[in-house]
Amino acid sequence: MLTLLKKLSPSGRSGGSFPGPGTFVHGVHPPQRKELAADAAIEIVPPPEKVILPLLQHVGGPCTPLVKARQKVAFGEMIGSGETFVSAALHASVGGVIQKMAVTTLPNGRHLQAIVIRSEGEQLCGQALWDQMFGGLWPEKTYQSLEPGKIADAIHAAGIVGLGGAAFPTHVKIMPSDKKPIHTLIVNGCECEPYLTTDYRVMVEAADAVVAGALLAARAVGAKKTYIGIENNKLEAVDALRRKAAGAGVKLAVVKTKYPQGSEKHLIKAVLNFEVPLGGLPADVGVVMTNAATVTAVARSVMRNIPLTHRVISVTGGGVVQPKNLLVPIGITMGDVIRYCGGLRKTAARIIAGGPMMGFAFTNLQTPVTKGTSGITILTREEIRRIDQRACIRCGRCVDVCPMKLVPTKLAAASRLKDLNLARKYNIMACFECGSCAYVCPAGLQLVQHIRMGKTLLAAEMRK
Amino acid sequence: MSPQANSNDQNPVINVAPSPHVFSMGMTIPVMMRDVLIALVPAVGMAVYFFHWYAVKQLSICVLACLGAEAVFTRMRNRPLSLGDLSATVTGLILGLSLPATAPWYVGAISAVVAIGIGKIVFGGLGMNIFNPAMVGRAFVMIAFAGKMAASGYIDPASGIDALSQATPLSAFKQFGATVPLSSLFWGTTNGSIGETSALICLLGGLYLCFRRIAAWQIPAGILVTVAVIGAVANLADLHSQWTVFHHLLGGALFFGAFFIATDPVTSPVTSAGKWIFGIGIGALVMLLRLFSGYPEGVMFAVLLMNALTPLINRWAIPRPFGGV
Repeated sequence: MLTLLKKLSPSGRSGGSFPGPGTFVHGVHPPQRKELAADAAIEIVPPPEKVILPLLQHVGGPCTPLVKARQKVAFGEMIGSGETFVSAALHASVGGVIQKMAVTTLPNGRHLQAIVIRSEGEQLCGQALWDQMFGGLWPEKTYQSLEPGKIADAIHAAGIVGLGGAAFPTHVKIMPSDKKPIHTLIVNGCECEPYLTTDYRVMVEAADAVVAGALLAARAVGAKKTYIGIENNKLEAVDALRRKAAGAGVKLAVVKTKYPQGSEKHLIKAVLNFEVPLGGLPADVGVVMTNAATVTAVARSVMRNIPLTHRVISVTGGGVVQPKNLLVPIGITMGDVIRYCGGLRKTAARIIAGGPMMGFAFTNLQTPVTKGTSGITILTREEIRRIDQRACIRCGRCVDVCPMKLVPTKLAAASRLKDLNLARKYNIMACFECGSCAYVCPAGLQLVQHIRMGKTLLAAEMRK
Repeated sequence: MSPQANSNDQNPVINVAPSPHVFSMGMTIPVMMRDVLIALVPAVGMAVYFFHWYAVKQLSICVLACLGAEAVFTRMRNRPLSLGDLSATVTGLILGLSLPATAPWYVGAISAVVAIGIGKIVFGGLGMNIFNPAMVGRAFVMIAFAGKMAASGYIDPASGIDALSQATPLSAFKQFGATVPLSSLFWGTTNGSIGETSALICLLGGLYLCFRRIAAWQIPAGILVTVAVIGAVANLADLHSQWTVFHHLLGGALFFGAFFIATDPVTSPVTSAGKWIFGIGIGALVMLLRLFSGYPEGVMFAVLLMNALTPLINRWAIPRPFGGV
């Protein structure tokens, strides 16, 4: 039976070989709507008048500003240093003059100090910028003899964090450790969030850099095997990567398209058939995972000594005039980006940083794009339509879709009643808020919102 | 600052909400209830075919009384009228189908009012009740009007309907050791509660419910497998040699109960393991009551007993989380 399943799995079909089943149990199939922006080649946005760079765009401690108001900075100059271990440096994404320190609110609700730069003088832009970031050759021999520690240092200096959304500092993730030896590096190219096409465009247009970055990251962690995990709805990217990966020792793992396949734990399950222990990290099973766009930044920092100043984002959804994929300087305001895409349609009803399943809704268009912004999804009233809220009838559909195999209805009830012991018994902390339960709930309940509240309460209690 | 990035003169209205921002629109509670009604169509059709206007009268009384009771009680609680979720209609139909054709009108009406009032509304309405409302109503009249609901209550020789001139198969066997052919139990040409007599018809609607994932397949599977196993053991032990395991399976309210009553999501466990425990428990209790109690049938009490255990089962049967031990 198992062998039969293996044969039917995408790994068997696509000819590539990897040990896992090529998918995971449970999950949902929301409409993907990738077609809105999938074929829009990445455009290079001209430098804006100003950029707003919050001091904390990552998981960990904020960085310390290194500049004062009215000071001139060059493009790529370090303007904030990450002093604690889990932190990341910050670089000027345009050349110009530092303005007064501002306070900005990110879509996730955090109020943060931010360095504002008014751009001035000649800026690197257009094709020249692209060539520096993604173009040209990424020859393997330039880094074959590099020490792993040097790679981590370069990544640290470049201020690279995970670009998939979580924004965990990359140098911490790939720091070699004697306690937890790493055997496999997986590049996450699933991009399972509906609408978003950021990583897809990067993999199609900069496959060379993705493969080079994957090899570098694998070298840094001492991994023997390197996979690129990618959903089977991205065949153009699969082709582009396969051409480059063949011979480089990077294997493609084409997995079934299902939400949330891009979750770290579920991609490890699909590719390697390992289950990361509850509350554990991929390193506990000898795996490091990093996002496809992130490894291009790794390649750039190590091979070209370029810090993280720009990123690719999708601007998509039924509520934007012209869905696009853009290379933007970090710190550009959401308003500038949306204006570049022709503005909002009259029917636009919600603006989301990230995708529709896990992204944060916001209204302030002065909010900057940060390192972790994977896209802006602008949805219409029709797209965000939901069913009337009623009482839970315990139909168990949330249980049937939860990728962590939890009981969302019980978690939500325990959270609402503030019964933290019950919530803990039902493993509330294992929930990563993917939204599958609320997506299917026939009673239209805000399950994720309740669970999020319960998690916050429990975390506060555990700190006591 | 309000969004002014568009060139139109009328600005869009932007709102915020927690994630997720998109929802599956296909399945709602009224749609689920509508599916139950669709699944009940064969059973209702068969009831009318076999019991004529007795069935029409009984079903109409139960449905109308349930809707009336729901309207009155929700009004008393100052809640919005909840007839639109169709749950009261479902309760009324299932209740009607579980009553004898010959029961007087007030039995149906009183059981319906009890089902909605005491079975559901006092707990806080749909989703809050512990016991299957229809079975609460039925249990009440079974005790309050014992004569009308007992074996003799099913018989009305004056009706001119064949089935109503005989005792129900289970009580006929319990009292006189008489058996009926398996084919009658399969097609439903026997006396009994109006919706339960044909195993085939109940199976048809039940499979539709499982296919639409309104009913959890684990519950009927657990019930039927358990009844088959215990029935087979009883057979082998020669306890009731004339009444075979197949009579146990096809007879009485077993199929109707397994597919339509036990599968009420509100009063059954939420996890897969819990549903198996629930189904197996009902199957075992049904056989315990049928083999050893004074009652010919045990589906109703078995379901009510397991309903009471459901909160406990939910706590025992917490699934192993992904990556857990």
